[in-house]
Amino acid sequence: MLRFLVRRLLQAIPTLLILSILIFAWLRSLPGGPAGALLGDKATPQKIADLNKVLGLDQPVFLQYFKFLGRALTGDFGNSLASGQPVMSEISTFAPATIELGFAAMVIAIGLGIPFGYLSAQFHGRIVDNVIIVLTLVGVAVPVFFLGYVMQDAFAAPLGLPSQGRQMTGLDATSITGFAVFDGIITQEWDAVWDALKHLVLPAVALATIPLAVITRITRASVLDVLNEDFIRTANSKGLTQSIVRRRHVLRNGLLPVVTTIGLQTGALLGGAVLTERVFNFRGLGYLLAEGIERRDYPRLQALLLFGAVVYVLVNMLVDVSYGIIDPRVRVR
Amino acid sequence: MNTLLNKRKEPIDKLAAAAAGRSLGAEAVRRMLRSPVAITGASITLLFVLIAVFSPLLAPKDPNEQYLGSLVRPDFIPGSQPGFLFGADDFGRDFLSRLIVGSQQTLLVGVLATLIGLVIGMIIGGLAGAFGGWVDTVLMRLVDVMLSVPSLLLAISIAALFAKASQWSVIIAVSIICVPIFARLLRGSMLVQRDSDHVLAATSLGVKRTTIVFRHMLPNSLGPVIVQATLTLATSILEAAALSFLGLGDPDPSRAEWGLMLGKGARQFLDIRPELAYYPAIAIIVVALGFTLLGESLREALDPKNRR
Repeated sequence: MLRFLVRRLLQAIPTLLILSILIFAWLRSLPGGPAGALLGDKATPQKIADLNKVLGLDQPVFLQYFKFLGRALTGDFGNSLASGQPVMSEISTFAPATIELGFAAMVIAIGLGIPFGYLSAQFHGRIVDNVIIVLTLVGVAVPVFFLGYVMQDAFAAPLGLPSQGRQMTGLDATSITGFAVFDGIITQEWDAVWDALKHLVLPAVALATIPLAVITRITRASVLDVLNEDFIRTANSKGLTQSIVRRRHVLRNGLLPVVTTIGLQTGALLGGAVLTERVFNFRGLGYLLAEGIERRDYPRLQALLLFGAVVYVLVNMLVDVSYGIIDPRVRVR
Repeated sequence: MNTLLNKRKEPIDKLAAAAAGRSLGAEAVRRMLRSPVAITGASITLLFVLIAVFSPLLAPKDPNEQYLGSLVRPDFIPGSQPGFLFGADDFGRDFLSRLIVGSQQTLLVGVLATLIGLVIGMIIGGLAGAFGGWVDTVLMRLVDVMLSVPSLLLAISIAALFAKASQWSVIIAVSIICVPIFARLLRGSMLVQRDSDHVLAATSLGVKRTTIVFRHMLPNSLGPVIVQATLTLATSILEAAALSFLGLGDPDPSRAEWGLMLGKGARQFLDIRPELAYYPAIAIIVVALGFTLLGESLREALDPKNRR
């Protein structure tokens, strides 16, 4: 197991290295060059020349790349043009909100997706199945940000749910880790926990739609595949009860592809979060990114791009590892 | 019990098709004509394409004439009224006409983005699948890197590279995120072909490698790619809309495209006239659904394993 883990970790390194080269190239081809892009509106020829010197842009390209890599490894991405703060500290301030939102969305997507998919496969070809299939298709066809606005309009007022932000104004909640729900629990400020949860509902549901639809469909397809396997027939014919066949044989084998999908979808959440957080004014990384785009805040974009990629690579690695735990055959290869 | 029957039915169906002299393609078409899902998807797609092609003739009014421009206030945009079924947009232009004309640009964005992604992806995947070895390793590593960034994030970064946003920056950004999908898909099915008996037979007969690749491997690998292209048409339109919503769309106010209209409507006019977002949104949802239904039923029709 340890060897498997180490091998997976080592495999991620070349990917990240090539990615860093591409991001370096991206930075160099930004409109106005890297220095112009970093300075934004404040750019004057003199300032650009100064910054070029500071950044070492007058040196050979490969030297520049190693400097860039060095800065990236120490987490130095410069200051945000929009806020003037170091980009890294911005990211660490805003990340908890997105992690909380993404976690809530995945709880919804997995918690509903697997049962729905399983139900759909069990009632294959019947009305339940057809309804679920149509819903998943519609779920993928609706633009996420539009769904967010529709939900604000339709559900916020009737259900008494807040449609903006992360916290009620005037609520004096202690912030320790930045995770609003978690902070509320450890400080035992239960009104803050309740408030944070209420603020999570709508954005989390909006963010969950696409992963929910995808997980449902993969679960359905994979369970259907397993139901056709010979070993299920064997299990049935040797007289095992339905519930044992379902739990031990169908679900355990059927969930393997679902785990991969869950990983991919978790990684892709940052993309969806850009849209949902913008709509719900939910101040997380996605909000930071959306604001960064509007102001062409390249240092921020660059850091978030690399951050997103690292998270994505790590999540996929975790998936591979969990795959190895669930399915011993994977480890052997 | 049911599954047993199905398993037995498959070869019989194939035999029947062969006996009737039908190719796999004809068989797939026959299967699709029997499926209500396929017919729904194909009808929506066909209708959309027809409207898009003939939109200049169908639009009741000039989409760029500011008919009701004098009535527009910062907090008011004229709604539905005689002669203007869907009301006006923020410039006082006939919104119905703009929606109709917008179908053309929307189709163009979807098709171009998919096509560019498809061609580049197929070149990469085809080379990797045809040559194998180090070519495969290098190209697939590149594809892995492209897949290592969440797709919307990648599209955003590419769109941000353009000093001035335009229709092209959107199309290119959306097309690049399709590249790795097509590359992987084609490589995968080419690899299966490489190991197949008919390629082995051709190789042992001394057929040239280029002939094998283009005559034997490529045509047999195209099925999944066509399916994916149909599905990608839907996601491309949705992704273009997301980019517009984030302010990376074409800033030219005369351009009518659903994603652009939805993005602008959702960002700016939701409080005063939500229809400006709702109508293009409904149009996008219906069209995306149409492409998806068509793609999914194509997949089922082309893949005997999916036929249950």
